[in-house]
Amino acid sequence: MLHTVNKSPTERNTLDSCLAHVKKGSAILLIEDGVYAALKGTESAKKLEATLKTVPVYALQPDLEARGMSGRVLDGVKLVDYGGFVDLVAEHPTVQSWL
Amino acid sequence: MTESTGGIDMDEETSGVVKKFLYVNRKAPYGTIYALESLEVVLIAAAFDQDVSLAFLDDGIYQIVKGQHTKNIDVKNFSPTYRALEGYDIEKLYVEKESMEARGLTEDDFLVDVKVMTKSEMADLMASQDVVMSF
Amino acid sequence: MGTINVSGKDIEVDEEGYLVNRSDWTEAVGTEMAKIDNCDLTQNHWEVINFLREYYDEYQIAPAVRVLTKAIGKKLGADKGNSKYLYELFPYGPAKQACKYAGLPKPTGCV
Repeated sequence: MLHTVNKSPTERNTLDSCLAHVKKGSAILLIEDGVYAALKGTESAKKLEATLKTVPVYALQPDLEARGMSGRVLDGVKLVDYGGFVDLVAEHPTVQSWL
Repeated sequence: MTESTGGIDMDEETSGVVKKFLYVNRKAPYGTIYALESLEVVLIAAAFDQDVSLAFLDDGIYQIVKGQHTKNIDVKNFSPTYRALEGYDIEKLYVEKESMEARGLTEDDFLVDVKVMTKSEMADLMASQDVVMSF
Repeated sequence: MGTINVSGKDIEVDEEGYLVNRSDWTEAVGTEMAKIDNCDLTQNHWEVINFLREYYDEYQIAPAVRVLTKAIGKKLGADKGNSKYLYELFPYGPAKQACKYAGLPKPTGCV
């Protein structure tokens, strides 16, 4: 399953809820304000660091660029463009959008 | 169709009482419309020659981060507009220290000059206003 | 919505005559818009129009008339940075009318 998160972790508990339900074999894609979760030096980055041991985490590059955050992403989080977003959706049989 | 004269013809006597206005910005810039709406209200209200301050806390801090490039999400990048505020005589911009640090940011990461203050100083600032508009 | 014809090309404008696509702007477009308002653009008009375009490039907004007046005064001198001078050039309102010829949206705060 591909999980997408589009809310800031300091605005909503969307990321926490997603992380609590992610199982091995899934992937997480951060989009829109969800990309703030991947920023180095934040509480959410610590949580993602733990998650990365079992599940790959992706972030949408255009959303990072828009927010001036391109250079601040936690190591291990993979950046994808819109084409990569489509590939991730195609690779996983189901998508859950955490809103 | 009217064009605001922006108070250019008013003098101190006729312009009425100057009130302290604080605009509180707490939302990230592109995920919702709040940040842009706040900025537009600030620019429009600038015509009324009031004592205006802007506060950035929680995710609102993200509004004034340098290096925003929105071309690939096809949304207008309104961050350069914060730099126009000085020309509108809006020069009191405050950032809450705790919010800034929780996001791994420093004063150098902002595209405008700001005064960084603690949560308790921010509370005092809020309490000292005549009008508080929260976005 | 409507169009204006500039050197054989139809260009989209809104119901108040402002450009729909900012990228359609050329000096000829500005000149044609002014002609529709019975206004012949002089060097003095262009100074203001070009100033507005530069301001928009830098700040992504059209300035309020008060801000425009002050900034023009700073850049072009006090004899031009006053509302009398600017209203003589652009009788429909300097920010509103000059923004139109500059291909910019109406200034924020213009209702």
